[in-house]
Amino acid sequence: MIARICALLLWLPCTVAAQGFAGLGTDAEGFAVPQPDPQFTFPEDHGAHPAYRIEWWYLTANLQSADGTEYGVQWTLFRSALAPETREGWQDPQVWFAHAAVTTPERHLVAERIARGGIGQAGVTAQPFRAWIDDWHMAGPDLDELTLTASGDGFRYRLDLVAQGPLVFHGQEGYSVKSALGQASYYYSQPFFEVQGTLLLPEGEVEVAGSAWLDREWSSQPLAETQSGWDWFSLSFESGDKLMGFLLRDEAGTSYGSASWITAAGQLTAYPDGAFEAEPLRLHRVAGRDVPVAWSVRLPDRGVDLTVEALNPDAWMAVGIPYWEGPVQVRGSHQGRGYLEMTGYESRD
Amino acid sequence: MTALLSHWRRAKLQFFALVSGLALATALWSGVQAINAEARASYDAAAASVGEAQFDQLVPRAGDTVGQDVFLALRLSGWQVSPVLEGRIGTPAGAVRILGLEPLTAPGALAPVGMTDGSGLQDFLTPGVFFASAEVANRLAGAVEQRVVIDTDIAPGLAITDIGIAQRALDQPDRISRLIVARDQPMGLPPIDTIAPDLVRQTARDAGAGRLTDSFHLNLTAFGLLSFAVGIFIVHGAIGLAFEQRRSLVRTLRALGVPLRTLVGLMIAELVVLALVAGGIGIGLGYLVAALLLPNVAATLQGLYGASVPGALQLRAEWVLSGLAIALAGSGIAAFAALWKIARMPLLAAARPRAWSVATGQAAWRLAALSAVLLVTAGGIAIWGQGLILGFALLACLLIGAALFLPLLLHGAARTGSALSRSALWQWFWADTRQQVPGLSLALMALLLATAANVGVSTMVSSFRLTFVEFLDQRLAPELYVETEADRSAELEAFLQSRARETLPLLSIETDIAGVPSELYGVRVGPTYREDWRLLDGGAQAWDRVADGSAAVVSEQFARRAGLWLGDPVPIAPGQSPVIAGIVADYGNPLGQIVLSEPLFETLFPGEVPTRFGIRTSTPETLRQALIDEFGLPPGAITDQTRIKAFSLDVFERTFAVTGALNVLTLAVAAFAILMSLLTLAALRVPQLAPAWALGVTRTALGQLELLRAVALALVTVLLAIPLGLVLAWVLLSFVNVEAFGWKLPLFFFPAQYALLAGFALGAAALAALWPARRLARMPPSELLKVFANDR
Repeated sequence: MIARICALLLWLPCTVAAQGFAGLGTDAEGFAVPQPDPQFTFPEDHGAHPAYRIEWWYLTANLQSADGTEYGVQWTLFRSALAPETREGWQDPQVWFAHAAVTTPERHLVAERIARGGIGQAGVTAQPFRAWIDDWHMAGPDLDELTLTASGDGFRYRLDLVAQGPLVFHGQEGYSVKSALGQASYYYSQPFFEVQGTLLLPEGEVEVAGSAWLDREWSSQPLAETQSGWDWFSLSFESGDKLMGFLLRDEAGTSYGSASWITAAGQLTAYPDGAFEAEPLRLHRVAGRDVPVAWSVRLPDRGVDLTVEALNPDAWMAVGIPYWEGPVQVRGSHQGRGYLEMTGYESRD
Repeated sequence: MTALLSHWRRAKLQFFALVSGLALATALWSGVQAINAEARASYDAAAASVGEAQFDQLVPRAGDTVGQDVFLALRLSGWQVSPVLEGRIGTPAGAVRILGLEPLTAPGALAPVGMTDGSGLQDFLTPGVFFASAEVANRLAGAVEQRVVIDTDIAPGLAITDIGIAQRALDQPDRISRLIVARDQPMGLPPIDTIAPDLVRQTARDAGAGRLTDSFHLNLTAFGLLSFAVGIFIVHGAIGLAFEQRRSLVRTLRALGVPLRTLVGLMIAELVVLALVAGGIGIGLGYLVAALLLPNVAATLQGLYGASVPGALQLRAEWVLSGLAIALAGSGIAAFAALWKIARMPLLAAARPRAWSVATGQAAWRLAALSAVLLVTAGGIAIWGQGLILGFALLACLLIGAALFLPLLLHGAARTGSALSRSALWQWFWADTRQQVPGLSLALMALLLATAANVGVSTMVSSFRLTFVEFLDQRLAPELYVETEADRSAELEAFLQSRARETLPLLSIETDIAGVPSELYGVRVGPTYREDWRLLDGGAQAWDRVADGSAAVVSEQFARRAGLWLGDPVPIAPGQSPVIAGIVADYGNPLGQIVLSEPLFETLFPGEVPTRFGIRTSTPETLRQALIDEFGLPPGAITDQTRIKAFSLDVFERTFAVTGALNVLTLAVAAFAILMSLLTLAALRVPQLAPAWALGVTRTALGQLELLRAVALALVTVLLAIPLGLVLAWVLLSFVNVEAFGWKLPLFFFPAQYALLAGFALGAAALAALWPARRLARMPPSELLKVFANDR
């Protein structure tokens, strides 16, 4: 999932010159580089890490209204540093982006915000926890109890989130490798949020409830140069177990994968490249691109064999660097819901 | 085909008249269009970078800037706004306007210069880059520490940079000038008033400069059309004559079996080719005209409205095409009647050689009737009409109406002349003149329009000049102007206390009052204001009432735009509405002006400290030295009145240099029209002159009579042109001016100037008539004899 931001970074000049300096802890431009065996300290690490080039607070929620209609909600705050430091006022090199979306079976409403740090328009504080940009915020006394708001053209939402389980750490205790060359990020999640709240949509207010998944990730060396895009899944099963898996696609047609199996109690098992498999079943044309909106997903080690299908195949994020992100339904060996993100599907027009 | 074309070989002069007339008309038209297109493109560039045109803006209710925290408060409440800071920085090569934008929040269409692909964003944010045109980049280099990138899309005089960089360059930390409001806003936002009560929302396109510069361009366009109309007269004459002369040829060809359709088709094709060639030449000439005038126009626009236009011209498809189109349309209109006649001509109709289109007195009456309708319409507009477009419609009705009236007047004059003459020769002269009126009337109409426009515009300019100089004397009464830093303001005043006769702090802020963008002044009411400021309207106690804080003096523009007049309260702040005690002229200022007393101003804006002062003194040179030597002001901070006056007058002179140049051109075109008409008529008139010659009038005498006739006709035309020009001036000053600029100017008369102009016009006509007259005087007798030899 570290790969998510790189596309956004494409429009900031981002030189991936990290490899040779990985061992030294910083890259050529002075950014810190993730090291194996991380020691996290909380709540500080819920806050921003300006020494690293990129970072995000990424929340997706699968929700339902009283009449059984399915909804998906996304709230993401990205931090992208032009230099590994913070400065006062407009000179601050920390740039913030945010995407918010509401998906229904018929609609997909999207909004984007961009802001500079240093003047108070956007940022993240750890204690009390507050991540904000403009009037959008994700805030609470700590990360277990949050209020989430966002608004855009045609929508506005306010959700209350309460964590029902512990944080889980991907890869090696939160050190998540992203390529055979060793690019890595710090990556942990809170996948156990219970959600209640209100969506304001063009057709009116809707009371919703469901579950949400928060990803925290930061790094300085997002992708190998040959990696062109990725397909990322976060799935919650009726059994209470969860699966996170991604494939980073290579220009050569190969891919690099990784997965985490999370039990209902919050026990995480990390799977290396090769364990997680995902194959497109059906393409859908959206925004001039053919995007796979139905997948066959397998994790043989856990007996997982699924069909994952988009709730709304038109969940296209028409933002600065566009991508596909939307709620999915899961059938097969396990039943459930989740979120799918796909990037790097180029327009053929 | 060859037969048709051979006509032009025989009538080279006609060919020249046709092509040059069309070319001149197109030249003036496309020259004006080129200037307009160039200026518009610059505004668009400016508007695109500033966002004035497309987006609503939030501007400070009072003052030039607000704190940046307002931006933050609005963003945190969900409003999609983007901050802008504007200002000027001085460089050794002249001031540069700095525009600081926030690229991350600026609405998409504003995406600052060269950054749409995002490649330059990092540099733009930090360490910062200035984008500017090459000329401005040169000025900035060395004046700013950041890199300056040349971008030709940026309006002249402007440099764009990040807001943070701008705040430092302009020394305005944490201040912003205004906010751009994005078109799409999220659902359910709180009202702006509750978050930012100090800001006023201005809707897109509300900016005053657009409206003002529009009027200037409308002015230019009107001139272009006028010139084109004059050109079309020439073309109409030339084509009409050419077709008349070819009647016999057409008859012969048709008798030989060439179908009418083919003939007409060929003639149309011939015209199209001619129009395109002439139009092409015209566009080339127009480019020259525009290139010569553009620097003046640029200076005018800059001086009048502060709108920047580059002095260099670019070839733009829009005016090249419009030039060709108008050349085609013009020759089409001019040729339609002639072609129609040829198409309907009976096959065996006698091909009588006669002066083209014998318009009888009856035709003149018909034209006069049409003219009456137009003049009545003009009167109606003058009484009930409003708006700039109607103002120009009024001008058009007036001019065309008067032009159509001309033939009747000429007939009348010739008839009167005839009635007054005793000798046969003179009676023949006048009768012959009457016969010539139809042939010459188009050219004379052109002369009428050109002369009237000249009289009108020169009256306006001179009236304006007279008023303006007087106005400058009032306004620039202080002998010295000084500028200092805010923290030395009080010290400077104390220093001047004993040394100056009167010290006038110049306190002002820009704001919106009663919906009019205005400047609010705080003045120290004293002898200077009481004695030197002439009120257009208002009582003797006006300044006393301003001094006690109960009243304000406002500019005429403000009063007209806000719809307020003497005695009306002006809402300058909540609970503060002084009444208008006097109205003053403030020519050339697009902003309204409201003058308050210094104490009242200070109560309203406690933070404002005067940094500029006007000083009344009888020893300006001594005081100037004292300020430099004793007080330590840099010499550049002291301006003496004569320099400001000279500068202002210079701006003004340049403003009307354009108008003057166009005037001269129209007069030249009119003279050319007369020359062409006379030349073509001359050849046709040989049969009419031959009998007179045969009766014993010498060729020299005939030539002199021809010259005299041309001057006589021109004289009648010019006599009509002068009153017409004065009416034109009145319309310009009291109607168009009020609509376009918001002020009315007194009309002054300049008889000597009119006499001179009339002299010029007569001279032009005489000059034009001289050549045909000389040709006549030197015509070999055999030519004249031929008339009788060929007589049927």
